[in-house]
Amino acid sequence: MNWEYESPRKAYGNTLIELGREREDIVVMDADLSTSTKTAMFGKEFPDRFFNVGLQEQNMMGIAAGLARSGKTVFASSFAVFATGRAYDQIRQSIAYPRLNVKIVATHGGVTVGEDGASHQMIEDVGLMTGLPNMRVIVPVDSNEVRSVIRFVASEDGPFYVRLTRTALPNLTDGEFEFGKGRVMRDGSDITIIAMGIEVSYSLLAAELLKKEGIDARVINMSTVKPIDRDIIIKAARETAGIITVEDHNIYNGLGSRVAEVLAEHQPARMRRHGMHDEFGRSGRWDILLEHYGLDDKGIAKVVSGFYKEVSK
Amino acid sequence: MGTLPDEKIRELKLKANEIRTWVIKMVYAAQSGHPGGALSAADILSVLYFHEMRVDPHNPEWDDRDRFVLSKGHASPAYYAALAMRGFFPIEELMKFRKLESFLQGHPSLMVPGVDMCTGSLGQGLSAAIGMALAGKMDGKGYRVYTILGDGEIEEGNIWEAAMTAATRKLDNLIAIVDRNMIQLDDFTDKMVALDPLEKKWNGFGWNVLSINGHDVVQIAHALDEAKKVKGMPTVIIAHTVKGKGVSYMENTAKYHGKPPQSEEEYMQALKELEEERRGI
Repeated sequence: MNWEYESPRKAYGNTLIELGREREDIVVMDADLSTSTKTAMFGKEFPDRFFNVGLQEQNMMGIAAGLARSGKTVFASSFAVFATGRAYDQIRQSIAYPRLNVKIVATHGGVTVGEDGASHQMIEDVGLMTGLPNMRVIVPVDSNEVRSVIRFVASEDGPFYVRLTRTALPNLTDGEFEFGKGRVMRDGSDITIIAMGIEVSYSLLAAELLKKEGIDARVINMSTVKPIDRDIIIKAARETAGIITVEDHNIYNGLGSRVAEVLAEHQPARMRRHGMHDEFGRSGRWDILLEHYGLDDKGIAKVVSGFYKEVSK
Repeated sequence: MGTLPDEKIRELKLKANEIRTWVIKMVYAAQSGHPGGALSAADILSVLYFHEMRVDPHNPEWDDRDRFVLSKGHASPAYYAALAMRGFFPIEELMKFRKLESFLQGHPSLMVPGVDMCTGSLGQGLSAAIGMALAGKMDGKGYRVYTILGDGEIEEGNIWEAAMTAATRKLDNLIAIVDRNMIQLDDFTDKMVALDPLEKKWNGFGWNVLSINGHDVVQIAHALDEAKKVKGMPTVIIAHTVKGKGVSYMENTAKYHGKPPQSEEEYMQALKELEEERRGI
């Protein structure tokens, strides 16, 4: 497909700069990864509103809470693994519980971190963050959506977790974002693929492969993982033979689990979760890893095809 | 140093005694809570809320108020007592501490009028205080940020991250007070983790360090005054205290870290001792 690729991290950095120009209350924090997360772009233009605290993710989240309690709109960034894993208790106690105005925007979510390996490939963050009361969780599908999402979370009071990937993403949308709503990226009547983040584009490619097999797959982009769009899931369960979730995240406690909860409670249906199957990743180039874990177009098509054969018998 | 008038000294001692009395009543009524570390911090809270801090009970969210973070959140009964006595909410609420119908959560929560930061999971309050101090500097406000840390609490690594950052950022509008009562939940602090030389540690982390008797209201007020004179660095006051101060059987023991008086007799004895102390003030 003729997609234009763009770095979601740069889109984040640029949007922060725009927000910084528009609003005095925007403050940005980082923990020694600002050149990677791109918050350094903001820091260069607004040094007085940028706090790079060094290798102190826990302290960063606590300071973010104190700044927010004093009227600031705070963006706090690091890699997903450190932002959520290292500082989980600080996020829980000092940000989520008091519902303070802190936006945790983590880059480097998932195995697509690549060569750095399992220590840096966060595949549990969506689970950690969706489990927190008061926390809302968004995984933008592309850089256009990143811009809309960053503006959206800046305009809404209270905590958000936004998960970005390291790699460039194809721009699939025009950036139109509706919080709490999934979006049908490709209609189909046989089976439904619900994906988040980088896996949406691969699911669309997989749908093209499946078309050749005579399988008409619907593809839904579920950018908002919490609160999740029940209606679009229920509708898909009624109209297609089954649902398969695809995520660059552990299948436990990620998008698949959130979708399964909706189905179990509202519209029991056949479903399958696809993602990291409860194992840590390995080092390797990100696209080779996606192929290895069956998370590229061919891998997804294979899983969907097998699942469709099961459910359409 | 502005010397405190005798009446003020007496008032602060009486307030501390009243805080202690409430602590005993509250944890006994709740049949839960942490009297040991609340009693050790009572004099500090008295000086903060009845002498030092600029706050407005009728406007708890006043932009220019001094901020306070009880980082050792389990000392909540003493904190709540000080807030109620200062007029942030009706004093009767204190007896509903830790009960479902009350906003007085076991550990400080933003539900409570006058509370600037929720705490309870130890080691995080200093970071929040830094955020408030940074915001004050950014906004050109003159307010100061105070936080009380437990000595057991500073075993948490987060505290030392924060300590380094507060010094890096030259936060002279930030004052930390360590309630050095020597005892944590399980045992004496120094049997758990070697905290000493505590003053040298903080000094090595770039803080202005003052060391005082944390039960002497004159010394507390004086140290808070001294802290204001120091520019370009944060101040920590190591307040040497007695765990369970004011109730003989709770003093210098870990037993009452997280337990109310264990019987009606113990309860009455605690109140009697505090009443005797009050008469002596």
